Amino acid sequence: MPSKEPTVPRHSFIVNGKRVQVQCEGDVRLLWVLRDILGITGPKYGCGLRVCRACTCHINGKEFNPCSVPVSQIKPDDEITTIEGLAATVGKGLHPMQQAWIDHDVAQCGYCQPGQIMTAAALVRRKQAAGQTVTDADLEQIRNICRCGTYFRIREAIVAGETAMRGELTHTG
Amino acid sequence: MDDGVSRRRFIGYLLAGPTLIAAANLSGPRRADAAVPTVQPVDEYDLSDLLTDAAMPTSNLITVVVNNDGTVSFALPRAEVGQGITTAVAMTIADEMELPIGKVKVTLADARPELLFNQFTGGSNTMHAIYTPVRTAAAIARAGLTRAAVAHLGGRASGYTVHDGVITGPDGRSVRFSDLARRAAVAKTTEVSVALKRRSAQTIVGRPQGRVDARDIVTGHKQFAMDLSVPGALPTMVCRPPTINGGAEKILNGAKVRAMPGITDVALIPHTPYVAGGVAVRAQTFGQCIDAIRALRVSWGPGSVDTKTEASVLADLKAAELPMPPAVPLTNAIDETFTFYQRPGDPLEPNCAVADVRSDRAEIWSCLKSPIWAREQIALNLGLPLQNVIVHVAQGGGSFGRHLFCDAAFEAAVISKRLGKPVKLMWSRTDSFRQGRSHPMVTSRVRAQHLAGNVVAFDQRHTSVATDFTQGLGELLTATAAVPPDANYLEYSAAIFLLTASVPYNFGVATQLLNEVYEYSTFNTSSVRNIYSPEMRTAGELIVDKLAETFDTDPYQFRRQFIRDDRVRAVLDKAASAGQWGRAMQPGTAQGIAIHREYKSAAACVVEIDCTPATVNRTVTDGFTGPRVTRVTFAVDAGLPINPLGIEAQMLGGINDGIAQALTFSLHLQDGHWLEGSWDNAYYTRQWNTPPDVDVIVMPTTTGTPGGIGEFGVAATMAATACAYWRATGTFPTQFPINHDQALGFTPYPTVPPLPQSPTDGLKYAQ
Repeated sequence: MPSKEPTVPRHSFIVNGKRVQVQCEGDVRLLWVLRDILGITGPKYGCGLRVCRACTCHINGKEFNPCSVPVSQIKPDDEITTIEGLAATVGKGLHPMQQAWIDHDVAQCGYCQPGQIMTAAALVRRKQAAGQTVTDADLEQIRNICRCGTYFRIREAIVAGETAMRGELTHTG
Repeated sequence: MDDGVSRRRFIGYLLAGPTLIAAANLSGPRRADAAVPTVQPVDEYDLSDLLTDAAMPTSNLITVVVNNDGTVSFALPRAEVGQGITTAVAMTIADEMELPIGKVKVTLADARPELLFNQFTGGSNTMHAIYTPVRTAAAIARAGLTRAAVAHLGGRASGYTVHDGVITGPDGRSVRFSDLARRAAVAKTTEVSVALKRRSAQTIVGRPQGRVDARDIVTGHKQFAMDLSVPGALPTMVCRPPTINGGAEKILNGAKVRAMPGITDVALIPHTPYVAGGVAVRAQTFGQCIDAIRALRVSWGPGSVDTKTEASVLADLKAAELPMPPAVPLTNAIDETFTFYQRPGDPLEPNCAVADVRSDRAEIWSCLKSPIWAREQIALNLGLPLQNVIVHVAQGGGSFGRHLFCDAAFEAAVISKRLGKPVKLMWSRTDSFRQGRSHPMVTSRVRAQHLAGNVVAFDQRHTSVATDFTQGLGELLTATAAVPPDANYLEYSAAIFLLTASVPYNFGVATQLLNEVYEYSTFNTSSVRNIYSPEMRTAGELIVDKLAETFDTDPYQFRRQFIRDDRVRAVLDKAASAGQWGRAMQPGTAQGIAIHREYKSAAACVVEIDCTPATVNRTVTDGFTGPRVTRVTFAVDAGLPINPLGIEAQMLGGINDGIAQALTFSLHLQDGHWLEGSWDNAYYTRQWNTPPDVDVIVMPTTTGTPGGIGEFGVAATMAATACAYWRATGTFPTQFPINHDQALGFTPYPTVPPLPQSPTDGLKYAQ
């Protein structure tokens, strides 16, 4: 066997409210740390290039793409939220955006939808924090690919989810 | 008394087991009497018939199992890839059994060789084929439970009612399915006959129903093949050749790559007819696989299209075009040739499979639409007895024709055998575009001859780069004698073509013929959603618009006048009225209208397109804009609409595909490979190009038989978009997508290494 690196660095941060420790090279992108090491498979691979956005998660409440962030850049007090942890951020069984997705029967195959929902939830939170509502122009800047072509229902669900989130904002700050 | 039950009776079985197990023959239950004849539309024999009849020789069973907790289990012998069949089947069972839909658990069956061709998912045929068998099994289960309730509670069976999983006797006492599951079990398998509910008594079928897996999807719990946790199955990827179908000859720096962090294995995988191959790397994480692939130095053999260019392929297609019949004397002719460039067939989930191959056995997990065939081939390839190979059908993250093929499963099996270890194989997105299967480039020449206000002849010559039908579907065609067993591949393609092509108008003598160039494996192709129809209909409907112009008739009225079929005329009228056909439009914008008939369904589509400079010249970073379809009205007659909400969803998908194929979505060939390597290169519809205004109208039941819907939205939308483009711009489009010859809007990724590195600056964009 060829010799490997003698010491593999450790990384610690918070995922879905729980502190995790992982040991791997620092340049491994967070997506693979989540999926291959921690077994959190809600965030999907669709390109690894921050193009398709199927892996979209939140870091400290902001949307980002873990396929494009080396794990070494995640700080110990950073809070990562994946689709699996989204509902807990509002203390409910489902986040309003997840409920809107069910109400509008958005999903087809479902592969892109965790990323779509995480993008949508962050978009609405961002707009609400700025005292604004989501516009058509905002919707059209969403880059997440849905190869099943569910875009129309995504737009409907975001509008419904936005209304429902208006009630939540007071609880979550 | 109308008890809501039809007099027609179907044969099925009660199977011996610990709880009640009801079964029906999947190939179509025998009728127990013929008192009330079935009214079937008299139709040409089309692909839906072929796929349904292909099952007839089998005598094997699907089973509805009533569990002790009152739930009902059904293992669907088909692949769910987003088209909604698990939901439609759950609805069908729940309705027939009078059970809440949440109590019906539909899973995907492992490969069941005894089902022969009855485990094939394709041709938008699933509900058409299994609706009656599933109902029969469910009705037998309900009857068995009722019989057990009568035995338990006493009284006359006729006084019993079933509602919400509870059976109530004439005296008001009731018992739940959960309490009857064991009581209703039989010790000996018995043939029984059963009546199905009348259509008017059905309470779930025909009503909008959200997907049964919606909650799992939105919470991230739905598992696809790559999400499965199989012990030891570490991430595995393949370093691919720089040109299509090149083979790896030698690894030049294997030791160095093997020493990289996380890497467990590096192995040369030869290119074969069923395995793309290259150099496989297995690692602790996929990220480390990517690093290894980028570090590998490999000597590559030649590819299969190294000397071809788009111009040379086009010339080959032109040379292979079949001749038109002699012109009819005294007629005028409209004669146009359309070019449709190669376009991607990628679902969002890349090709993937998990394989655990040992010396004496193998177990595979992958989304497979022909799992029986896959299992046979894997067993042959690995040199294992068939019974030692288990093939599990995983949920698919989209298909669009991809999962008719077993590329990932075959390759994963070969790699696992070579390494002697379990693998979780994933193709990179760039591999998927560049080495994966795409819809073949095709030309379609249409000649319409007209005389005195009538079309007297309509001839279409479709000439295509060979479409690969060798996996699953090809074998099915041979078995049903649609093609002789020694047929070459053009004969497969021609059979499919003839089963799907049609001229939905009274246009006199119509001929439609296909010819192909190259071998099935020269380019890596697949039928892709809706096979030949999007191109056939787009070419055909543009000529229909030209005829309407020639006859000085409105395109809608022209179609209305010449349509052959009342169902198509009804959806056309619906789409035209709901879509406000003929309303005043601004300069640079226009409506387009088109129809399609296939899979025992009928569709019409009205689109509005905006080709004004302000819209065409919008800028989106790393995205293509161009003309925008702003409104779509789509009317669909699905025969029997089992789940209108699901049908609407499938049409929404078809609409976005049709728009992409007409306007933006294609591949460019250069130096033996496709230039596109990501979703920012290949322009599938994105939010900035999707129509903000969509109205899908699902027509009420017509034939009473479920028609196909999964692929059905594409053709009419693509054709209507093309027609609208002509009316908006005055430029008659003859090549698709219309942006294909514009300057590339991206810088192609290099081919060595074969995939780009993931960025590291993602946090910069957190918002």
